[in-house]
Amino acid sequence: MTEGVRVVGSLRNRLALTLIAGAAVLAVLLYFVVRSYAAQIAQQGQDSILGASVTSILDTAVLRDGMVEVDFPYASLAMLGTDTDDRVFYAIYQDGALLSGYDGLARVDGFAAGTYDGTPVRIATAQRMLAGAQSRTQVTVSVAQTQDRLAETLGGIGRNVAVVGAGFFGLVVLLAFWATSSAIGPLARLTTSVTRRGPQDLRPVISPVPSEMVPLVSSLNNLMARLDQSLNRSEDFIAEAAHRVRTPLATVRSHAEITLQRVDREENRQALRAMIRAIDESSRAAGQLLDHAMITFRADHLDRQDLDLGALVSDLAVRLTPVADMRDVELRVTSREAVHVAGDPILLQNALRNLVDNALKYAPRETVVEIDVTDTPAAVTIRDHGPGFAPDEMAGLSGRFVRGRNAQGIIGSGLGLTIAKEVAAAHGGALVLDNHPKGGACITFSL
Amino acid sequence: MHYILALILAVWAPLAAAQDWEDQRLFEGAAGSPVLRVLSNTDTSFFVPIIESFLAENPDVSVAYNVTGSAELYDIFRANPAGFDVVISSAMDLQFKLTNDGFALRVDGTGHPAWAQWRDSLFAFSTEPAAIVINRAAFAGLATPASRQDLIQALRARPDVFANRIGTYDVRASGLGYLFATQDARASETYWRLTEVMGSLGAQLYLGSGAMIDDLASGKIAVAYNVLGSYAAARDDVRDKIEVILPLDFPTLMMRSAFVAKATDMPVAGAAFIRHLTSGQTQTALPPLDRSGQPAITLDPALMTYLDRLKRRVFIQEWESAIIQ
Repeated sequence: MTEGVRVVGSLRNRLALTLIAGAAVLAVLLYFVVRSYAAQIAQQGQDSILGASVTSILDTAVLRDGMVEVDFPYASLAMLGTDTDDRVFYAIYQDGALLSGYDGLARVDGFAAGTYDGTPVRIATAQRMLAGAQSRTQVTVSVAQTQDRLAETLGGIGRNVAVVGAGFFGLVVLLAFWATSSAIGPLARLTTSVTRRGPQDLRPVISPVPSEMVPLVSSLNNLMARLDQSLNRSEDFIAEAAHRVRTPLATVRSHAEITLQRVDREENRQALRAMIRAIDESSRAAGQLLDHAMITFRADHLDRQDLDLGALVSDLAVRLTPVADMRDVELRVTSREAVHVAGDPILLQNALRNLVDNALKYAPRETVVEIDVTDTPAAVTIRDHGPGFAPDEMAGLSGRFVRGRNAQGIIGSGLGLTIAKEVAAAHGGALVLDNHPKGGACITFSL
Repeated sequence: MHYILALILAVWAPLAAAQDWEDQRLFEGAAGSPVLRVLSNTDTSFFVPIIESFLAENPDVSVAYNVTGSAELYDIFRANPAGFDVVISSAMDLQFKLTNDGFALRVDGTGHPAWAQWRDSLFAFSTEPAAIVINRAAFAGLATPASRQDLIQALRARPDVFANRIGTYDVRASGLGYLFATQDARASETYWRLTEVMGSLGAQLYLGSGAMIDDLASGKIAVAYNVLGSYAAARDDVRDKIEVILPLDFPTLMMRSAFVAKATDMPVAGAAFIRHLTSGQTQTALPPLDRSGQPAITLDPALMTYLDRLKRRVFIQEWESAIIQ
């Protein structure tokens, strides 16, 4: 079905990939956003404790006899205890000169990141004016803490967010597969319904489709309607042409026969016989073209009736017996009991007549054409004792206007097997061409 | 005895050369083995069994054990951080500050409980109480004081007996004495009243618990406050002369701690020594780590509070005005 169609990518893959790539981007974004937000909050937590520590130290600064005293409480540093045992550094300055604590802490206002002793630290700083009797002095307090706890908290949050992000991504991947299959579903259903149609079925698609597919389906319906119309027109044309040709041909034939009676010279008689023969052939072809057109029409509108296949074959045999007698061929029908089928009697008659006709044409004189009617499955087997089919031609013989190599000299149009095959197909059956092991062609027409 | 130092001596001791050890001893391992230099304020007698069992497990090292006072130890080590491999002290605050200031090496995988270590660098290995120790003869026929309050009353009741016969740490020169004093002051105002009473009775100031116990045994002093209970309990020779009292009002419990110097060139042997110390397998007179009873002084940054220059100046001023009258 797909040969000859050039494929560029896949809608499903493109849709799924787009969704998955989007999810991946979102998951990564989620990771970084949440992580940076968590970092901010964790940093705020550390800052507030550092700030409280600075305030509690600064609050105890007093000016006594011109000397700065900072009798800060035990809690000032106790509150900086962490479960990761972060290191703590502090410094107390008076007017910028180190009064107590650690020398070399970065001097910044408010909260800042820095390093001390080669370790990253967070530093909080605040100052306060002290007024004495004669002098004013500024006391500045900085408290710094390493960031092990922060790093550990962030590590934990990072791991959790990574797990959540991966879970989110996994869910979206599943969702993407589900969404793409459900989006592609109507397309697949349309494909199935179009694929399952019979070769002659050119009816428009009427089942509802999603709005995006409406242009495609209406184009398809349009195309099929035009195709149907053009097929009908050509069939009509052929039937009309055949009909119009057949009548004048009959006239020409009768004139030729009369002329043959009158002419004595052998060469003229031969020419006339050849002419009559050609006329017969054309006439038969025109007849079969009409038959074929009729079958094509009826196959689409089968008129199924309950009928006895055995009786139908017997009738046919009786009607063809004069033709058989002319060729010294015996028609032998074996039908043990009534074989009931639901079929179109006109089509079946036409198809079987073509097959028996063929058998009579190729059967040598003084032979028997055997016609067997069997039940379950209902089938008619026609066997002659002629040359049979050439094995290499067997597959193509039922095509239109195809004739075997051994058909030379035998009147025929190449439509007989085509008609039989199409009738069998219209009834849901098949036409099987074969050679009998003991010689002769053997055709099975089954319903 | 070698660690008995008079008050006068103590005043200038920190100024003297750092090599004036209270005790110095080399525990030899295999011949020519490298020497693990241990700086400690703990009497050698407590560490002999520990070091000997360490050497039994690690015969390819020798151990040089140097003993000095806790405050000197801090100064000596800060002045020469590469001079020692392992530092052991009972002055938790000074040990903590050395660790916080980055002088200690991380020793991973000891499995030591979080409350008994800090940053996997400073490891506590014993829990020891500060005690009131009395001369049994001086309290003959009297109720033994069970708390600081009892002690204050006993001292006030008989100033004639106790005048110049009370001993306590000189917190200016002893790191452990300063730790005990500051923690007492944190816990209760009783400390200051007791100090004033001791000051009014002419308290004798000491640099170490050993000296106080010796003087208690000889009867030179009748009572001593904030003596290391573990030292007193270990003195079998004077058991009948002194009595150790753990005050009931509030306990002061110290954890002795050790760390490996960051500048050591023997980190593996140093870590092995710490692991040996914290394993708790060694039989020694030092009491084991204990958290079952009352809480000990915790290892946290607040230990550095009273080491602050300004805080220390204020505290020493108050202490001096209370004890020296």
